[in-house]
Amino acid sequence: MAEKPHAEVHAHADAAHDHDDHDHKPHGWRRWVFATNHKDIGTMYLVFSCIMFFTGGLFAMVIRAELFKPGLQVVDAGVFNSLTTMHGLVMIFGAIMPAWVGLANWMIPIQIGAPDMALPRLNNLSFWILPFAFLLLLSSWLVPGSAPAGGWTMYPPLTLQFGASFPMLIFAIHMMGISSILGAINVIVTIMNLRAPGMTLLRMPLFVWTWLITSFLLVAVMPVLAGAVTMMLTDHFFGTSFFNAAGGGDPVMFQHIFWFFGHPEVYIMILPGFGVISEVIPAFSRKPLFGYEAMVYATASIAFLSFIVWAHHMFTVGLPTSALLFFMFATMLIAVPTGVKVFNWTATLWRGSLSFEPPMLFALAFLFLFTIGGFSGLMLAIVPADFQYQDTYFVVAHFHYVLVSGAAFAIMAGVYYWLPKWVGRMYDMRLGKWHFWLSAIFFNVLFFPQHFLGLAGMPRRIPDYAVQFADWNMVSSIGGFAFGLSQLLFPYLIWKCVRSGKPVEGTRAWEGARGLEWELPSPAPYHSWTTPPTEAMIARGAEH
Amino acid sequence: MYRARLGIRPGTWLSIAALLAAAGAASPAWAEDPPASAGWGLLNLPVGVTSISREVYGLHMMAFWVCVVIGILVFGVMIWSIIFHTQKRGAVADVTLVHNTRVEIIWTAIPVIILIAMAIPSARGIVLIGDDANSQLDIKVTGFQWGWQYTYPGKDVSFISKLDAKSMAAAELDSGISPYAVPHYLRNVDHPMVVPVGTKVRLLITAVDVIHSWWVPDFGIKKDAIPGYINQSWFEVDADKPGIYRGQCAELCGRGHGYMPIVVDAVSKADFQAWVKREAAAEKAAAAANAS
Repeated sequence: MAEKPHAEVHAHADAAHDHDDHDHKPHGWRRWVFATNHKDIGTMYLVFSCIMFFTGGLFAMVIRAELFKPGLQVVDAGVFNSLTTMHGLVMIFGAIMPAWVGLANWMIPIQIGAPDMALPRLNNLSFWILPFAFLLLLSSWLVPGSAPAGGWTMYPPLTLQFGASFPMLIFAIHMMGISSILGAINVIVTIMNLRAPGMTLLRMPLFVWTWLITSFLLVAVMPVLAGAVTMMLTDHFFGTSFFNAAGGGDPVMFQHIFWFFGHPEVYIMILPGFGVISEVIPAFSRKPLFGYEAMVYATASIAFLSFIVWAHHMFTVGLPTSALLFFMFATMLIAVPTGVKVFNWTATLWRGSLSFEPPMLFALAFLFLFTIGGFSGLMLAIVPADFQYQDTYFVVAHFHYVLVSGAAFAIMAGVYYWLPKWVGRMYDMRLGKWHFWLSAIFFNVLFFPQHFLGLAGMPRRIPDYAVQFADWNMVSSIGGFAFGLSQLLFPYLIWKCVRSGKPVEGTRAWEGARGLEWELPSPAPYHSWTTPPTEAMIARGAEH
Repeated sequence: MYRARLGIRPGTWLSIAALLAAAGAASPAWAEDPPASAGWGLLNLPVGVTSISREVYGLHMMAFWVCVVIGILVFGVMIWSIIFHTQKRGAVADVTLVHNTRVEIIWTAIPVIILIAMAIPSARGIVLIGDDANSQLDIKVTGFQWGWQYTYPGKDVSFISKLDAKSMAAAELDSGISPYAVPHYLRNVDHPMVVPVGTKVRLLITAVDVIHSWWVPDFGIKKDAIPGYINQSWFEVDADKPGIYRGQCAELCGRGHGYMPIVVDAVSKADFQAWVKREAAAEKAAAAANAS
């Protein structure tokens, strides 16, 4: 019997506990520790990612406090290096990546008409590895020598100079890597095997497509990172000389191996964001996505190209001319499919009927600001110019534009978009808009001046600077404090929504929203699609 | 009816803003460190004092303007939609606007053409920077934690260049000394590298402990100093631009990463020869004094 799409079958005013459910579920701590339900696991990933976001954000606040004025006022230089290192590691591996996995867990099964992920117990393991990995990593602050301080990029020989924290770092990375690989396998198997009848690949929402492609990237490159850090571990403890010049090894080889992981990694962090934006913009333009197939092919092209550009992170190490030329051309080429995506989103807006609720606000900010990040990326691709930008604040500005106003804003757009479906309540729209405007404005105050600082000659990863850099650093720090504080609105808004938000009527919280998730009641039932969706439901979502 | 604030019409304000933006984008390079109050005006790369730095600046500005033009076009369309294609204005969505093969081909082909046009001068720049043959002076640069050693092969000159004492004292945590009271705070050394102008200088760059990076923005060059490697880089300071040029280490190398600046004193060829003699003699005397 097909599940009725009508709200009245399942709707309750009270969404505080799961309602009208077919099977009982465990209560108390067992529900969470032994979770196999994709919604519960998705929620855990998102809560974990939020905690890590504020942890990494705290490190950033101390960094900006130190850089507020010239001179050393807050921390000693070694602690500063630990702060920048841990900020990067926590934000990348603790905030952004788990947030995407959380959204994947919640939305992929629902969007393809599947009852859950293909491998629910593996899903549980994938999540629970993470709190232990981060406990290990964060407790390195307390050991002699303090937290790792060689940058999140962990280059040897520098990283090998750190004592007790070094093995903690390596094992934490291994654990996070295993979590990601297992999660990616789960996503691939789920999408390939559990799509409902009628849900062909080219009818899937873009969020599912981008996650499918991201999963292949994860499976391909996380093991490479594991290899690189293991070689450093054996160099340190077992007398090998992979990266030790005195023993006949090569420090630059680490960089090659690391960035072979590292470049696809940054696409792992952004591709799901492209997927979210590709759903939110059509919903709030009341118009289908322009060029669906082109978007799929562009995403696949970006993923393929991401494997052959890694050395653009290493242009100054002394690469031969032929390598510089190849990697410059390949890097510039990525601008083409990325540009196609930006044009397609713009064409989706064009002659639409736009409204500006928080998901759309974040999506539009993404469109503007990620594009600016793309522009600085194009400038960085030009090798001779990159010799001036490399290891300066110009690079820091670039990657924060693509990772904060790119990935993080896309995550927020996704949460603002799907929260009513998860909770069955609408959040305080005014508070959401305040969060948006404060974030968007202060993000730019924080990071735009860093372009100037880099061009003017300020290197990155320094705790103190020459006085001509003082003015823009002060502006940037003020922006940082304000941006950081504004983020407190986000969990507050979510908590307030869960406690006392206005119940959503019907299944479709947003007028223009399309997709199988909007055929389900809000909140989505604990077990959804136990009966597959009908062709009519699938067709409604796949209008392209 | 608009108000003319301060007696200046809106149109004039716009022109002033445009001029400021243009000035910021084309701000002058200072041969010395710019004065502290120039902080707000420090918006752009220096043009620099070598053929490489000028080439680099040109490529940078080319890329910058390409991005500005594309940005104006793309953001212009977005902003138009955000203002005019809204539900509030009663716009009705054109749900048939989902494909247009011709437009999609055009907006794929045009970026490719633009990229090729950018790649050609950029490739020339790579070749220019890589051409370190026929140098007239070689200097070996060795990075260490935390300073630089400069050795002039065949000239009996070799010395260490570290952060100067005044900066070092002020840089301590809670030193109580204002950075503004220190000349060239964090960008001054006790023993600068000296080079002659109008001379092709080739640097042979390495390191003894971890990876460092030698960077002088006014020369337009940066090259990593890696244990086990000897990297090459070259520059020629314009003959009419003697002066002091400052840079910093550009690869995280530990606690002292921000405290190992580079200072190059570019002098006339005659002054350089005189310096070499003095320096060699001084080092010989110091070595003899240490031995006794």
